[in-house]
Amino acid sequence: MASDLFGVPAERITADSSPQTLEAWDSIQHLNLVLAVEEKFGVQLSPEEIEQMKSIGETVKLVESKLQATPR
Amino acid sequence: MSQEHNPSNLRAEVDRLIAEGSSDAASRHLAELWRREPGSATASFVNSHIDQLRHKLPLAQFKIAFLRSFTVEPIVPLLRAEAFTNSIDLEVLVGDFNTYVQDIVDAGSSLYQFAPNAVVLAVRAEDVAPDLAREFAELSPEAARQAADRVTHGYEQWVTSFRQHSQAALIVHSLERPTHPSLGVLDSQSENGQSGLIRQINHELRRIAEGFRGVHVLDYDALVARHGSENWHDERKWLTARLPIAADHLLHMAREWVRFLVPLTGRTAKCLAVDLDNTLWGGVIGEEGMTGIKVGPEYPGAAFQAVQRALLDLSKKGILLAVCSKNNLDDAMEALDKHPGMLLRSQHFAALRINWTDKSQNLREIAQELNIGIDSLAFLDDNPFEREQVRAALPKVTVIDLPQNPLEYAATVRDCPVFERLTLSAEDQQRTAMYAEQRQRAGAEQSFQSKEDFFRFLEQEAELNPVSDLNLARIAQLTQKTNQFNLTTRRYTEAQIAEMAKQPGWNIFSIRVRDRFGDHGLVGVAIAHDQGDECEIDTFLLSCRVIGRTVETALLAHIAKSAAERGCKRLRGWFLPTRKNAPARDFYPEHGFELLAQSCEGSLWSLDLTQQEVAFPTWVKLVTPNGGHD
Repeated sequence: MASDLFGVPAERITADSSPQTLEAWDSIQHLNLVLAVEEKFGVQLSPEEIEQMKSIGETVKLVESKLQATPR
Repeated sequence: MSQEHNPSNLRAEVDRLIAEGSSDAASRHLAELWRREPGSATASFVNSHIDQLRHKLPLAQFKIAFLRSFTVEPIVPLLRAEAFTNSIDLEVLVGDFNTYVQDIVDAGSSLYQFAPNAVVLAVRAEDVAPDLAREFAELSPEAARQAADRVTHGYEQWVTSFRQHSQAALIVHSLERPTHPSLGVLDSQSENGQSGLIRQINHELRRIAEGFRGVHVLDYDALVARHGSENWHDERKWLTARLPIAADHLLHMAREWVRFLVPLTGRTAKCLAVDLDNTLWGGVIGEEGMTGIKVGPEYPGAAFQAVQRALLDLSKKGILLAVCSKNNLDDAMEALDKHPGMLLRSQHFAALRINWTDKSQNLREIAQELNIGIDSLAFLDDNPFEREQVRAALPKVTVIDLPQNPLEYAATVRDCPVFERLTLSAEDQQRTAMYAEQRQRAGAEQSFQSKEDFFRFLEQEAELNPVSDLNLARIAQLTQKTNQFNLTTRRYTEAQIAEMAKQPGWNIFSIRVRDRFGDHGLVGVAIAHDQGDECEIDTFLLSCRVIGRTVETALLAHIAKSAAERGCKRLRGWFLPTRKNAPARDFYPEHGFELLAQSCEGSLWSLDLTQQEVAFPTWVKLVTPNGGHD
């Protein structure tokens, strides 16, 4: 997903990838990431949670915790 | 292609096909992927692959610019993917946030430098009229009225200014009425309440748009209403990202924009070919008959009347309808023309292919008959196997994915963007009727208003020759073979004909006929001999190939004329009936001959050459042997 969004091969995306390391990660792409995550994993992110998505690693952690919290 | 139910298989297929250079197949798989899983997640994949394919495919290139008061960027990939599946390659410019007025009035703005083909002015009521949208309750009626006028005046200025700088199409979003009016149900009681005033602004927008060429209103208010105002909005996204539209409605916004792009790029369908059984009526006519099929105002036939109404509406926009059905022609035509529940009749269709042939072949023929490209055809069929077959054989045809429930048919047809039009001409409205008239005209030419018209149509030429070495054999042969149009059925050998030809007073004629279809050759023989001042017709015959086209009149006229020229006063001839020559029985009386005598063998007829003549038919051209004309 990140690979598609940021136009970077999947191999180059790591847990530390962030707006500082990926050139394409601007505010619009951040919004696109939020939308894609919400759609793909069926979760709703609050404004505070969106703030927490400072890197790929943190995004993954956030999604995992949300999925565990809501019974599916 | 449709066997791959797993989208990741489709993704891999697309990559593989692009790598091996099969751009058409890759683009079909990409469109299939988008159809199965439209959304933000897939959009990125689709967009990056559009970029790899766009220069290898015959897509319509189109530049669109957005002037906006809210975030539209996440919708752009969805829009590009939707446009791609409609064969449109979009280049998109998104103007700066809320700078729409500056972008329009500044001749040197990046908007005009982009040189767009179309511009969307997507501004919300909250942004262009915050006092009306939020503070309505605080306004006096006078102030509210002025606020509405200010908005209308603004739009008028912006549209006028835009037109001064650009001839591009302008698509203006109408304003959305509030989900919760400031004053609750009180608001609906007045024309000048919050909703009422916004409605009036939208009314003015339509009036303004009509005053310019290429300015169109996108009814944003109706779009939101269709999906439900409460579902459409996302307050959280609005506050965090200025995106007022909820994630699962972003695609609907994109699709609404595509409804304008399709007619603007001409990627429209000119004809919708429809199946009959379980598409225009419930059931199978060949099995259930007229009394068994379901179409009418009551359930379940009502669903089929609804889809027929949708098709009728399409035809009023100039879209042609055609039938493509596997059926016995008679069964289908009976239902089509006689069933009382039908709204559509055979005259509503510009072409009909009702047979047992493969549907792709029928569709190709329909396109050819109507003189349209195969990519201008759309296809409606309840049977998924037929749909897949057509999709595989004719990838350029728009195959409509009908849902299983007939109650959803009409909406599915109305939702198809390929039927959208932004203008309507008198010719569009008349198109179906014109095609029906043209078919009648062609049919009339087949059957002809009168026989004379048909004779004229044939463009016959007649060459009359006396017997000679060249035609002797053929003349003798005709006397031996000809049975039907043969007045005396006298058989002669070549030798006898040759002998006859040497006798003074015996004249042997042949007639050769050409018409618009070709040369029939020597088709008639007449043998006449003079006795005193009478000329008797010994033999008069015509090949059945040319019976009933007045060739016989031409031959008789020639005999009469030459007899008169030789000084004969009367022309006479016998009709000797046989089992086979009934077609010739009335020949003499029809040409004005009188009955002279009757015997057990036959009847003798006579024409007074001093009083009467036999007129040479005006539509037959008499040709002299050396090719010149008489």
